[in-house]
Amino acid sequence: MFDNFPLWPARASTTAGNVDALYIFLVVLSSFMSVAIFLMILAFAARYRRRPGHTAEQIEGSTILEITWSVIPFGIFVVIFVWGAVIFFQERTPPRGATEIYVVAKQWMWKLEHEEGHREINELHVPVGRDVKMILTSQDVIHSFYVPAFRIKQDVVPGRYTTAWFRPTRPGTYHLFCAEYCGTQHSGMIGQVVVMEPSQYESWLSGGGTAGSLASTGQTLFQQFACSTCHRSDTQGNGPNLTGKFGKPVLLEDGRTVIEDENYIRESILNPSAKIVAGFKPIMPPFQGMVSEEQLNALVAYIKSLSENPSGPAGSPTMLPAGTQPQAPKAQ
Amino acid sequence: MKMATAVHPVPERENYLNQEYGVRSWLLTTDHKRIALLYLASITFFFFVGGFFALLIRLELLTPVGDLVQADTYNKLFSMHGQIMVFFFLVPSIPAVLGNFLVPLMIGARDLAFPRINLLSWYLFIIAGILMMHAVLTGGVDTGWTFYTPFSTAFSNTKVIEAGLAIFVAGFSSILTGLNFVVTIHRMRAPGMTWWRLPLFIWSMYATSIIFLLGTPVLAITLTLVIFERAFHLGIFDPTRGGDPLLFQHLFWFYSHPAVYIMILPSMGIVSEIVPCFSRKRIFGYSFVAMASIGIAVFGFLVWAHHMFVAGMSIYAALIFSFLSYLVAVPSAIKVFNWTATLYKGSITFSTPLLYAFGFIGLFTMGGLTGLFLAALGVDVHVTDTYFVVAHFHYIMVGGAVMGYLGGMHFWWPKISGRMYPESLGRLAALIVFIGFNLTFFPQFILGYLGMPRRYWQYPPEFQVLNVLSTAGSTILAVGYVLPMIYFLWSMRYGKHAEPNPWGAAGLEWMTPSPPPTFNFEETPQVTWEAYDYGNIDLPKEVPVER
Repeated sequence: MFDNFPLWPARASTTAGNVDALYIFLVVLSSFMSVAIFLMILAFAARYRRRPGHTAEQIEGSTILEITWSVIPFGIFVVIFVWGAVIFFQERTPPRGATEIYVVAKQWMWKLEHEEGHREINELHVPVGRDVKMILTSQDVIHSFYVPAFRIKQDVVPGRYTTAWFRPTRPGTYHLFCAEYCGTQHSGMIGQVVVMEPSQYESWLSGGGTAGSLASTGQTLFQQFACSTCHRSDTQGNGPNLTGKFGKPVLLEDGRTVIEDENYIRESILNPSAKIVAGFKPIMPPFQGMVSEEQLNALVAYIKSLSENPSGPAGSPTMLPAGTQPQAPKAQ
Repeated sequence: MKMATAVHPVPERENYLNQEYGVRSWLLTTDHKRIALLYLASITFFFFVGGFFALLIRLELLTPVGDLVQADTYNKLFSMHGQIMVFFFLVPSIPAVLGNFLVPLMIGARDLAFPRINLLSWYLFIIAGILMMHAVLTGGVDTGWTFYTPFSTAFSNTKVIEAGLAIFVAGFSSILTGLNFVVTIHRMRAPGMTWWRLPLFIWSMYATSIIFLLGTPVLAITLTLVIFERAFHLGIFDPTRGGDPLLFQHLFWFYSHPAVYIMILPSMGIVSEIVPCFSRKRIFGYSFVAMASIGIAVFGFLVWAHHMFVAGMSIYAALIFSFLSYLVAVPSAIKVFNWTATLYKGSITFSTPLLYAFGFIGLFTMGGLTGLFLAALGVDVHVTDTYFVVAHFHYIMVGGAVMGYLGGMHFWWPKISGRMYPESLGRLAALIVFIGFNLTFFPQFILGYLGMPRRYWQYPPEFQVLNVLSTAGSTILAVGYVLPMIYFLWSMRYGKHAEPNPWGAAGLEWMTPSPPPTFNFEETPQVTWEAYDYGNIDLPKEVPVER
């Protein structure tokens, strides 16, 4: 019966079942509450309808009842709150080592780029069972990346990165919708997510020729824009050494500390003087308007890849203050 | 006396309607009751304009492909439907019509504290309405009622500035109304009318006025910033000019979430009047119901960012706003339980106003309970910006607010017009509205959970069945809304004359003739009793309600 008249979309991610469980709990709870209230109203309305010889009994109220029907619902609400928050934290915390896909939204299409350099439009291929982290930004207005089968949605905001992640569990083709109104063809800004068996996915990956991985494109740009002149892999550069920094705290000139994440790298390219690393001068020119969103993504991917260097102290959570950055293994 | 009336009509008693005639006497009036009627005519106009757009939207969605109107036209239709219904119907509806009419009557005053400011607020509303209709007729606006940036400031090429200006001006009309009510309720209560003897409708008007005064200026500021960014390219919200698009959302929802309570609190006040009257009982837990209104008004200001859980906000901020949203649900639950308890051991007549009140309780309960889904972070991620949200807020703002408004209009129509409406037609219309409403909006909950995003001109074909149900419901709903307008107009000429207190209701407004004289009371009432003193009020001998 539910095939012809489904009450929820396909469950195709690890999150979907969790969301549905809370949803079904809420449906049962609300149905129970509504039915209880409606039956009570109907019962009173029938039992105490106006008729000869019957007068209303004046009742002022009852503080005990008031407290009861405030405290019990509140207790239930707290349970729902905690349950919803737990799911949300899982949804919002990408696991380490997730495959990264950069998404650029624009009126009215989705541009997606894989780490390996594959580019897709309005279509996303992912393998079953792998964690996928989306790094999203928009070229124009706010959009929203929504895959009902995964129960995930994330607004895509111009001028910054937002992230979302999922782990597909069932092969199939699922809707990708834009869920934030974005102008004329908002309802046409749809695509599909194709979840494949890992073997199929590998053959799909090897199918289309690419110009190299996203990080290698970034590396080329890094030379081309002469970033490498100052951001050297030793301590002699005019700019900070970028090796091994991703995900670590950075001490700023004004004394604050920020975590180096995608948004920090993005901001530091577009508007470098916003957050100056301690010990450096604000000499880098802003690149706002000089790089496209795609180029920016490639640069971010490259700079992040500098922290995955297997010969570096990767993985070890060295919380060294910036400025005393770990030496590149040149001394060895 | 009755026979004498039949043979030679005695000259009609002077009242606020027949004291003066002519256009001037209406357009320059400072009588709160006449201004209420000016508002009634204006908002009814906007209700039908917004309703017409809604019908076009539903007709377009009958089929999955865009065939009735163009994409741009569709986007304008839902934008203007929202803007007109929210800012030109729902926000002013109960406060400016029933509030204007009833606040002085219920507290035993001759008029509002500032009668001329009251008239000014209507003129501001009309200026705003003309601006809005001009924007609608000269191309329309396609930003959604939410004006999200940077779409509204840098991308839309429609009449954003004009519509923004219209809403800006309409906001000042609200602020002045709120100011008038707050001062009137503080300063002009009749002797003996203490705070704890105030009818609950007054408490709800007071709570609503607080939101008008504190919230609306923020909307005005926000729209001004949108207009400035659009006109002068300042970088406030547009990231390419160094602005922050999420700042807009914070500012917008800081007003627009409390605005939901502007729409629902007055209806709650009306239900709190109707339920005791037709069950012949004092309200259960008076002080809890009154304080729940204030609680909703206060907590309502602390939950705005629950509209932004997927907007790119910090997850810790989301956590706090989710929790606070559950807090605001508590006073709403208190009200529902108290209305239900009021029926217990009552003596209940199923008159039209009570049917609307029941409809309100039912639909508001469902709207409120689905709010629990949306406040739950994990579920919200899936259902926000889908038809689930559309269904939820229509259950509150149409199922709740409009049901309450219609219930109030029927309850006080004898007082306003001096005439009775046809009771059986009234009950029929209430039933049609209830059925049409549920058929229109219940399928949208399912649509939303299935993943259909809102504001879609075209949609994947698997969503069609539920959309057809919804469209069918909307035509039934339209009949239910047109019917009362017809018989209210009819009753003004042909309806039975109303007694001063046809329902045997408590409240000062029923102790003066229907319709009331210009200065409301022959002499200032002295209040020595509590509100809802139904133990000491008898039903009128001739109960106008047939069994």
